[in-house]
Amino acid sequence: MEKTWNNRAWFLVLPVLLLVAFSAIIPLMTVVNYSVQDTFGNNVFFWAGLDWFQELLHSPRFWQALARNLVFSGIILAIEVPLGILIALNMPKAGWGVPVCLVLMALPLLIPWNVVGMIWQVFGRVDIGLLGKTLSLLGVDYNYVQDPVDAWITIIVMDVWHWTSLVVLLCYAGLVSIPDAYYQAAKIDGASGWSVFRYIQLPKMHRVLLIAVLLRFMDSFMIYTEPFVITGGGPGNETTFLSIDLVKMAVGQFDLGPAAAMSLVYFLIVMLVSWVFYTVMTNYGQES
Amino acid sequence: MSTVSTSTNTLASMDAAQSKALRRARRRAAPRTAWVVPTLYIIFLLLPIYWLINMSFKTNTEITSAFTLFPRDFTLHNYTVIFTDPSWYRGYINSIIYVALNTVISVGAALPAAYAFSRYRFLGDKHLFFWLLSNRMAPPAVFVLPFFQLYSAFGLIDTHIAVALAHCLFNVPLAVWILEGFMSGVPKEIDETAYIDGYSFPRFFFKIFMPLIASGIGVACFFAFMFSWVELLIARTLTTTDAKPIAAIMTRTVSASGMDWGVLAAAGSLTIIPGALVIYFVRNYIAKGFALGRV
Repeated sequence: MEKTWNNRAWFLVLPVLLLVAFSAIIPLMTVVNYSVQDTFGNNVFFWAGLDWFQELLHSPRFWQALARNLVFSGIILAIEVPLGILIALNMPKAGWGVPVCLVLMALPLLIPWNVVGMIWQVFGRVDIGLLGKTLSLLGVDYNYVQDPVDAWITIIVMDVWHWTSLVVLLCYAGLVSIPDAYYQAAKIDGASGWSVFRYIQLPKMHRVLLIAVLLRFMDSFMIYTEPFVITGGGPGNETTFLSIDLVKMAVGQFDLGPAAAMSLVYFLIVMLVSWVFYTVMTNYGQES
Repeated sequence: MSTVSTSTNTLASMDAAQSKALRRARRRAAPRTAWVVPTLYIIFLLLPIYWLINMSFKTNTEITSAFTLFPRDFTLHNYTVIFTDPSWYRGYINSIIYVALNTVISVGAALPAAYAFSRYRFLGDKHLFFWLLSNRMAPPAVFVLPFFQLYSAFGLIDTHIAVALAHCLFNVPLAVWILEGFMSGVPKEIDETAYIDGYSFPRFFFKIFMPLIASGIGVACFFAFMFSWVELLIARTLTTTDAKPIAAIMTRTVSASGMDWGVLAAAGSLTIIPGALVIYFVRNYIAKGFALGRV
């Protein structure tokens, strides 16, 4: 659509600006402020320069948490995106099955995150949980409290349970928007199921898939509540992600400087990766 | 004008007939096993929820000592505890108050902004749009401490409005994003015709434009509700007693009174209900809504 140049549009954006300024800029400036200062309490601060950033970038604790986050997001995307596409392709296209599927699949998305954690904590418990009990009856040595691998598997399965539906719903929206004429043409050409997917369905889902990847990356990279409830970051530090570490530092130990420095670096990483996704997405939109 | 509309009508009816025939053909061609995948997935989704609801109807002794797929001593005791103890049921009221406040504020502020982004080009519009989105990318953990200090300074700690405003951080950008997608789907000629007909901007916006994007507004409200309802970290940090959300009350109970599994499960089951209701109301828009109006 051709847009007109009109700077008075700023007035329409003003309420949002004020609101977000209050809930984003002021808090963020506080963080920036803390990240370059040190304190011995009593609200006396002095300049610390970039010390906190240097310390952060030399701390193995930070790099390990970051590595865990990256591995986690990678695994999550590798499982949820293909699985979501597969389910969306097999969803009913018409009839009573559609609303039933949509409502049931959207259900996990609207459960408060700590309740999701609680559900899986209970579900996986060896003494009272359906999953844990069944596995131990089958003779599988499963205990997410003590075994790091089991803890990781539990958190990943939990996230797949929690968020795959988002990918499904997005892909489904992309699929139902494909005009029937496309399939008709494919049929006349005698296209195989795979080529229909590769040359019709996948290109048409491109845009929604990018939204899905963007949302899933951002949210899995800032995951806090669910692993906090399930494992509390343990066993040891095996499931301590950046957010968990950060909250521990900021609220638990009240290390303002290091926590602020970590916040900024963390935020910058998320923004950088998301910016890449966003640029790719908008450029793709302009081409088509 | 009339010829155009007749010809589009014929086209549309042809299209409809064709697509109906095609859909019939496609349904025949689709493998009969297609339903297996979504069915298995839905079973996987429902199992943990079933286990939670199952537990909420059991007594604590049955939960810990026996492994039963159905409650043997069916009890409503756990729910009675929640509905009679103000410290429990106030949590639900608190959550619903701040979620509703947040939904109204986010969507209300986002409407004019989304209109501006979808209709006009102005100085710095693209940067502004990305900057707004970047707030959706901000990890809540980053904001926990500064939020606490900011709202303490304003004396807003433990009020519903504090949580509602704090959740605007990620809900306003999202609402702008969604609404912009839906608004861009409305042809600009409609605006121009209305202005020529002598509509003022507010009158046009409320009388003509908002009904046109009603489904988009519904979807934006749904998302604002969703993300405010499920968020815990910020809500917990900004409240102590009077505005404490139900989700936070649950975490406190886990650590304090040992393990009252039955009540915990009942509280958890009740948190699923508002979400389920909201999904039911928007079920027809859900697919397009999740694509943020951009399919």
